Amino acid sequence: MKTTTPISLKKLAGRNEPYIFLVLFALCLLIEFRSGQFFSSNNLVDIASALIVPGLFAIGAFLVIISGGIDVSFPALASLSVYATTKYLLDIQYEGGIWLPIVIALAIGALLGAFNGLFIGYFRLPALIVTLGSSSVFKGIMQGALNSKQLTIIPVGMRTWGTTALFTARNPVSGLTSRMPVAFIVFLIVLGFVFFLMRYTMFGRSIYAIGGSETSAHRAGFNVIRTKVVLYIMVGMIASLAGVIRVCMMQQAHPTNMLGMEMNIIAGVVLGGTAITGGRGTLLGCMLGTLLIVIVENSLILLGIPTSWKSVFTGALIIIGTGISAYQVILMNRIKKTKHSVKEAA
Amino acid sequence: MSESLLKAEGIYKSFVGVQALKNVNFSIKSGEIHCLAGENGSGKSTLIKIISGVYTPDSGYIEFDGKQYTKITPIEAINNGIQVIYQDFSIFPNLTVMENLAFNSELAEGRKIVNWKRMRTIAEEAIAKINFKVDLDAYVGNLTVAEKQMIAISRALMFNTKLIIMDEPTTALTKKEVRNLFNIILKLKEIGIAILFVSHKLNEVFEISENFTILRSGELVASGSTSDLDDRKFSYYMTGREFIPRRFKPVNLSEKPIFEAKHIGLSGFFEDISFSLRRGEIIGITGLLDSGRTELALSMFGIKPISHGSFSIDGKQVQIQSPRDAIEHNLGYVPEDRLTEGLFLSQSIADNIIISEIDRLAKRAGVVDQDKRKEEIERWVQELSIATPDSNNACQTLSGGNQQRIVLAKWLACNLDILVLNGPTVGVDIGSKHDIHGILHELASKGLGLIIISDDLPEIVENCSKILVMKAGRIVAELKADETDEKSILSYML
Repeated sequence: MKTTTPISLKKLAGRNEPYIFLVLFALCLLIEFRSGQFFSSNNLVDIASALIVPGLFAIGAFLVIISGGIDVSFPALASLSVYATTKYLLDIQYEGGIWLPIVIALAIGALLGAFNGLFIGYFRLPALIVTLGSSSVFKGIMQGALNSKQLTIIPVGMRTWGTTALFTARNPVSGLTSRMPVAFIVFLIVLGFVFFLMRYTMFGRSIYAIGGSETSAHRAGFNVIRTKVVLYIMVGMIASLAGVIRVCMMQQAHPTNMLGMEMNIIAGVVLGGTAITGGRGTLLGCMLGTLLIVIVENSLILLGIPTSWKSVFTGALIIIGTGISAYQVILMNRIKKTKHSVKEAA
Repeated sequence: MSESLLKAEGIYKSFVGVQALKNVNFSIKSGEIHCLAGENGSGKSTLIKIISGVYTPDSGYIEFDGKQYTKITPIEAINNGIQVIYQDFSIFPNLTVMENLAFNSELAEGRKIVNWKRMRTIAEEAIAKINFKVDLDAYVGNLTVAEKQMIAISRALMFNTKLIIMDEPTTALTKKEVRNLFNIILKLKEIGIAILFVSHKLNEVFEISENFTILRSGELVASGSTSDLDDRKFSYYMTGREFIPRRFKPVNLSEKPIFEAKHIGLSGFFEDISFSLRRGEIIGITGLLDSGRTELALSMFGIKPISHGSFSIDGKQVQIQSPRDAIEHNLGYVPEDRLTEGLFLSQSIADNIIISEIDRLAKRAGVVDQDKRKEEIERWVQELSIATPDSNNACQTLSGGNQQRIVLAKWLACNLDILVLNGPTVGVDIGSKHDIHGILHELASKGLGLIIISDDLPEIVENCSKILVMKAGRIVAELKADETDEKSILSYML
């Protein structure tokens, strides 16, 4: 690997990942010193389990942002596909395992993703406008056609899968226990799959290429339209998978529970160094940024900060975090410029 | 005469009612350097797109290596060895040099999985062909324009290339980089690759190409050997107009200077510069790119306020700390890059004209007087003969020459005393250039003091009465235009 991906320290300094990692590490230490509870086994498991759904959403958002687009419809898309799936399975009194719910949700997710992809890829409409619109459409279908209300009972297969634990961590001091859901494996599989896709396939590279310059990508021979449509289908499927996991873990299907998550997810992705203008960013950074947001949302209570202040802290983190990376860019440009002028003077 | 590599015969092409090409013939031989010239909208790019298969001609045919095509697809063009290097170089600024080089051939071979080692080998081979040294892991967005161009050329050579088409390749290159590019073009010629060079710059056509083709409004007006061409003929073919060179002769010079710079300096850029400008006079300031000429211009307009010395206007010492100060003293500035610094491209022509005098058009409560506004706009559109059907159209619908006229109109509307112009005709075609110079002469005769900053020496010699040459931040020579020539100015610059 070393020969194909040389990463010098100097190059690393220009990246966002080391900084976000340091911030993350400092925050963890702070919480640990204040509470002594952060590095306890059950808290770590709690954070890992809280990362699953935002993590999957973030992977989807990451892919779209890299391609130069933006997707604000994924919470609505996930809600609609999982709600439709659950309702249908309840209607037919399905009693089987988890596979059918996942397959149905993925199929609906692909269909809804294709809807986005068609307008964004084929008709070349701006992604923000399309997904704002489709977000409304998806919510509308859920409330209108499906007459959505909270489903407090979910099919038995989903219920048992949601409560099955890989292992259980127990805090020796407080005696609290936390389950690591099986869904974490699913998250890791998707993460590994997307990592491979982005780094080792022409499809993944074409997403980067399109994010860098759509005209150049077209001229180089990439099939820009097909790539975009496939991308949005894939993102729809990943979001729907996250939706199924959310419902299984909560043991109920709540139609509006996921709505409004999009801004924090996108903020996490951008915080992790993904350029909002597309083309630049790594999956590692995206995960670190998301993890930071998840930890702030989950662990502030350990610092003795009331949960009502949570959004203030998340917001401040986003402003400071993106501010720092924006400042980094300005700094880098300045260094480059002075170097350049020195060269020219010489 | 050897067989031609590429021949286009009787090409017609029209777009919704506009005849872009009328009966155009074109041919190029292996290893020939050919220049395709013409003003904006003459059909140059349409012809290139037909040759490279992007457009299909309405009639006529293309012959490649003896084979005739009535239409050709982009892939067929590439398979026949035609490569186009567009003005934006078709690069991915966010990716590394390696990927930028290797993508095309990886895609052409239909690969699905990325092998980083193979990509590196491909990239190394590509840059070795033109002896280009670059860090393969650097991001292309961080490279200079010249380096990006080298990447585009290396990439074009990776296929079995016989003809490379370069669209305005010298825009945004420094003199040294242009020289380097020309050397590479000559090397490519040696190995039998034909180069079609698209340009509207006179000196380039003469310097590099053996043959030329000139288009005007979609028609072939002249083609042949460059050695038969001279300045006069070239301008005539390009524009269809005869230009009599007009040397600027100052009339109505004022007794006292309207604008003076006394020992002004800006740390790190220029120092100890003094000059004085009288009404009716045009001063030229020239120098190399890093001579400090641009910074001097910016300082006069208050964008980069001076750190030493002083300015005086009409004999009174003044502070110019910001563009607002400059405007208050009736000093205007036409920037080098009018697209980003001088115009609101997406706004209407009308609004661009009145933007700097908007305070004067206001009625009491700050509301703009619509009648007055209309009057002003009509006046300037007419006075500067801006070619537009409707002044409510966006500024970006205009050609470079007309855009520059709007920048001028904007300032003239303010009743200026002094106008500083930085590269007033960069990227403007010959016809408009001539007209803009005419406008400048007229302004001077009406009593304005003008300062032209430019590295276009013919422009300086023709239009200025006094020439200041800058080098490394200092004035090294003050010359009278009618006692000097381009050669001696150049010797001071270097």
